[in-house]
Amino acid sequence: MKGERQGFPGSLERVAALYRTMARIRAFENAAEEASKGGVAAFGASLAQAMVRGPLHLSTGQEAVAAGVCINLSKDDLLTSTHRGHGHTLAKGASMERMMCELFGRATGFNGGKGGSMHIADFSVGMLGANGVVAAGIPIAVGAAHALRIQGRESIVACFFGDGAVNRGPFLEGLNWAAVHALPLLFVCEDNRWSATTATGSMTAGAGALARARAIGVPGVEVDGNDVFAVDSHSSSLIRKIRAGEGPQFLHAITYRFKGHVSVDPATYRDGEEVARALEDDPLLYAREKLGQSDAEAIREAAEEEVRKALAAAAAAPWPEPASAYTDIQDTGSRWR
Amino acid sequence: MALTTYAAAACEALRAAMHADTRVVVLGEDVGRGGIFQQYKGLQQEFGAVRVLDTPISESTIMGAAVGMALAGLKPVVEMRVVDFALCAMDEVVNQAAKARYMLGGQARVPLVARMPGGLWSGSAAQHSQSLEAWFAHVPGLVVMAPATPQDNYSLLGAAIACGDPVIYLEHKELWGLQGELDQGVKAPVGKARTARNGSDITLVTWSRTLHEALKAADEAGASVEVIDLRTLWPWDRDTVLASAARTGRLLVVHEAVQAAGFGAEIAAAVAEELGIRVKRLGAPRIPVGYAKPLEDEARVTADRILSAINEFAGRAK
Repeated sequence: MKGERQGFPGSLERVAALYRTMARIRAFENAAEEASKGGVAAFGASLAQAMVRGPLHLSTGQEAVAAGVCINLSKDDLLTSTHRGHGHTLAKGASMERMMCELFGRATGFNGGKGGSMHIADFSVGMLGANGVVAAGIPIAVGAAHALRIQGRESIVACFFGDGAVNRGPFLEGLNWAAVHALPLLFVCEDNRWSATTATGSMTAGAGALARARAIGVPGVEVDGNDVFAVDSHSSSLIRKIRAGEGPQFLHAITYRFKGHVSVDPATYRDGEEVARALEDDPLLYAREKLGQSDAEAIREAAEEEVRKALAAAAAAPWPEPASAYTDIQDTGSRWR
Repeated sequence: MALTTYAAAACEALRAAMHADTRVVVLGEDVGRGGIFQQYKGLQQEFGAVRVLDTPISESTIMGAAVGMALAGLKPVVEMRVVDFALCAMDEVVNQAAKARYMLGGQARVPLVARMPGGLWSGSAAQHSQSLEAWFAHVPGLVVMAPATPQDNYSLLGAAIACGDPVIYLEHKELWGLQGELDQGVKAPVGKARTARNGSDITLVTWSRTLHEALKAADEAGASVEVIDLRTLWPWDRDTVLASAARTGRLLVVHEAVQAAGFGAEIAAAVAEELGIRVKRLGAPRIPVGYAKPLEDEARVTADRILSAINEFAGRAK
């Protein structure tokens, strides 16, 4: 939905902060993609060759949504994410190195190697988890927001999900619940136009995500999700309403998934012109224009350096002990057979 | 000691837990009115609509929200109305509640109790009459409990809330009105069976409503039958079962669930592996529960059927 872009009325520091987050996400995911080559058994590769095993869902091209929303959250705010969650995790303040360690399956990863990319979480910054099931984060976010209400805490919850999630039942259930109870919850539909390998539009009736939200009684806005300043500014005003007690709000951010559904998916099912147009509208390039090339380049180089360190740390980190496969399951009945 | 019902006993246990710990909250359909079986009677009046939360008919989100509440520091008690409806929330039970702690590398726990009244409910047909305990016992991360008496519905519900793990709590739809003695001082640890009747010829392991049928059958049997109420299905009390079975030399497992791939198969196999003794199972035939009484009766594991199984088993050589 690229239209007239307004630029950014805020400070250069904020522009830099937004770009820094985007650059870190891009650098992280590029490196993770490289490390995942040969990592998916279904594509005939030897898993032994890859540092990152299994499906790796990249948010490349969608970084502006994570950056623009999360800059408006505080550490005490909570966040739920999706299988495509590296960007949200970094933007919420989690350590890049510990996330890379988790992708490498190492004991020093956030989840001790038990979760991997699809279950990344860092509770120390309020990141309650990516999720391997589409729309599954919505009820969890609703419950977390309800808990904040019950506990009398001032924080809010940001709930990220994709355009595919609007066709699952928990979308209806969760939005209805949040509206009925006026919960402190920002729903973020990060609309990358593709549900795995199917164009979402071809499978979605009616006027789409925001119209559905409004029909349920959750107000919101549609935003150019590749314009990080627009995402920031709209998130800011929606979150202000939530903090003022106006109940849940909905941000429908329209963006594009540069890569395939998983890192090894070449996405040849997409129209070449559509992809080419999308690549020209790279959200990082737009942010760089506003920041100035030399400042941007310094930030990008710092992000690359951070990733190099994260990769080195992850490669050198210890594997989890096999015995840890038997911990963190349940306290009661810890017998395996 | 006072006489109380199975429903009221659970209500008392929940009331005590809510008084003891402000993190305990209740959510589900109709809980404000006391729940459809009155197992929440008076709780919303006592604790308010914030801690006893009425919800839409949204099973996925009731269970998923409970997971979110737990991750954010609460101890939710979830009402699923009947286990058959909890099937609408299986992603949230199996993929979220049961797995979260492990997948997150222990960063958080999911201390929740999901009450899912199970079992055959007269005249209610196939979507309101299932016994699905084996499904849940199969899933790592879950505790599974099935109280058979008012005393246990008090003591076990308290233990379930206290244990800190996700618990599938299977009350029986036909036991709500059952009366019995209640001593609020009695504890029932998770994972500990109760020997309901002593005997020397056959060990009969059962749980939930079928306990009462089994006790009737044992009273009429020629053989001396030891009846063990398992109470917790995962973790199940191997020590008690194995000790009894080693003594009697015969194990009969009886449950209301469909026999094929029922939890009785697990117990029978484990005992056979461990002791090499004769084992036998009795469960329902693998048919949906029919509406008409003659059809419904085919699915019932009655005292008569249990007695036949005991007599047949006792007649066989060890």
